[in-house]
Amino acid sequence: MMRDLKRMVRRMKTNRASLRLSMVPYSLWIILFVIAPIGLIVYYSFFDLSGNFTFDNYKNFFTSVYLKLTVSSFWYAFLITFFSLLISYPTAYFLTKLKHKQLWLLLIIIPSWINLLLKTYAFIGLMGLYGPVNALLETVGIGKQQILFTDFSFVFVSVYIFIPFMILPIFNALDKLNPALIDASRDLGANAWTTFRRVIWPLTLNGVKSGIQVVFIPALSLFMITRLIAGNKVITLGTAIEQQFLVTQNWGMGSTIAVFLILFMVVILLLTTANERGMAGSGKKR
Amino acid sequence: MKALVRGAILIAATAAILMIINAQLAKSGAQSGGNTLTVYNWGEYIDPDLIKQFEKETGINVIYETFDSNEGMMGKIEQGGTSYDITVPSEYMVEMMREKDLLIPLDYDKIPNIKNIDPYFMDLPFDPDNTYSIPYFWGTLGIAYNPTLLDGQTFESWDNLWDPSLKQEAVLVDSAREVIGMSLNSLGYSLNSTNIDELREATDKLKTLSPNIKAVIGDEVTQMMMNNEAAVSLIWSGQAADMMSENEDITYVVPEEGSNLWFDNIVIPKTVKNIDGAYEFINFMLRPEVAAQNADYVGYSTPNKEALSLLDPEVVSDERYYPDEKAREHLEVYKDLGLEMLGTYNELFLEFKMNMK
Repeated sequence: MMRDLKRMVRRMKTNRASLRLSMVPYSLWIILFVIAPIGLIVYYSFFDLSGNFTFDNYKNFFTSVYLKLTVSSFWYAFLITFFSLLISYPTAYFLTKLKHKQLWLLLIIIPSWINLLLKTYAFIGLMGLYGPVNALLETVGIGKQQILFTDFSFVFVSVYIFIPFMILPIFNALDKLNPALIDASRDLGANAWTTFRRVIWPLTLNGVKSGIQVVFIPALSLFMITRLIAGNKVITLGTAIEQQFLVTQNWGMGSTIAVFLILFMVVILLLTTANERGMAGSGKKR
Repeated sequence: MKALVRGAILIAATAAILMIINAQLAKSGAQSGGNTLTVYNWGEYIDPDLIKQFEKETGINVIYETFDSNEGMMGKIEQGGTSYDITVPSEYMVEMMREKDLLIPLDYDKIPNIKNIDPYFMDLPFDPDNTYSIPYFWGTLGIAYNPTLLDGQTFESWDNLWDPSLKQEAVLVDSAREVIGMSLNSLGYSLNSTNIDELREATDKLKTLSPNIKAVIGDEVTQMMMNNEAAVSLIWSGQAADMMSENEDITYVVPEEGSNLWFDNIVIPKTVKNIDGAYEFINFMLRPEVAAQNADYVGYSTPNKEALSLLDPEVVSDERYYPDEKAREHLEVYKDLGLEMLGTYNELFLEFKMNMK
């Protein structure tokens, strides 16, 4: 289908009407499933509880509660992304060196087929006071610890959930890396660290950036895990949106928080893609 | 060109399927009417054998659907397109639904068994003269705790929760009105307070509870208490009963400053299709032996006076589930405070949760 399309596009270059026609499916999709929902969210954000047009929701967002919430959401999303990257990059690197790398990759991906809620409940059992983790700690002589409902458990479970999404793009980038480049770098006298820093890392940076995007953005709006694993001691923007819609029935305020969440995501997306281009350019110069 | 057309058709089909699913969801249970009755109730809130018995006796086919929050239930009824014949809102939700004109006034000529309900539970402020609702179950909010995990700490007062010996022990339900209401009660204020100064004071007091809080969670509380994962919890009486049936060490108490007295009530919503069937069902549920069997299964307290003599005397005389009238004096029923106030409660609750560390 892709090749068909390309050939068609070439043929249609002179034919504007057909070109416009070829846009129909894509624009239809974007209007129906991207623009319309976002438009609705923005629309709802301008109404108060009694259905009057207002900017109060936006004013309300800048009170201490929601600003603090935003800061803490960013902090935890940062931690989750950072640790995911820390674990995923070496994992992806060693995966590419393995004989049956596709099989190993599959084994890492498979847990992401299991429902998120099920995995979360499994962790409640594992990390409980009488769970296997504490039993182990006790036999080792460390003694029982409160693991559930701490920052540690929250970041740990989230990182576990996000790791496959971080590994995939990095693995692909590493896999595509031409081994001749590494040989060349070693031949020219660079040691392993310099080779990594000056050759491997810059060339796989795009994979890292896609990984950061697919982890950081959803991590900003995690909600269920905040309650089940962190006992609401960690609160994210996602929790606040859920509460506004389901409990307070203040769709206006819920939408306003969602609008800000979308804005944050756009900024992150712009930051990571803009740098990408810059990097590619400077890479060429080198 | 073919690929393009196919693409466009695919998108149109996706949109159409989504619309059909949406329509189907909206009218789930819409087959009601004729000889079916759609009952929309909380999960695990009726003895399934009773539904079978009702179907057998009347020949009416019952569709049983469940919800897990008052607000969600009201949303579905308000949007219309559904045909729920019976639903069971809590007291403040009866008030809210009445104001929104979502309920049908009950015709008591068709419910002779109303005589079995204890007059104490009739004609309450949230529905004067029981125009729209009949109490289904009632209960309290209190503290369930496990003495074997504590060093002799007891809970005559809400303030006992603040005891320094309970570091990281207490689990609270994730619900703004319950938690802030508890703090209001501990300060001697009404749990229906709309005075912002009192609410602030209650929130500030709650913040000092933070060191003692293990978690703020939902229904998982029950499981945690059963497994000895938590020693103390702020919880409703029915869930406390669930815990105790699994773990005999646990006990339940309503502190002396007072607490919440709640009711879930049978109503006929505006979406009703089979109104005769609905009356038959209500009348059936009010039979003493049916109410007793149901209370035995569900574990909450029944307002059915005649059913009490059919229940295990040990349960009925248990002050924790059936507090006597003197003890009930300190209990307060939630009033619908309006969405604006509900928002304030929730924002304060959010503030408290964010300061928990």
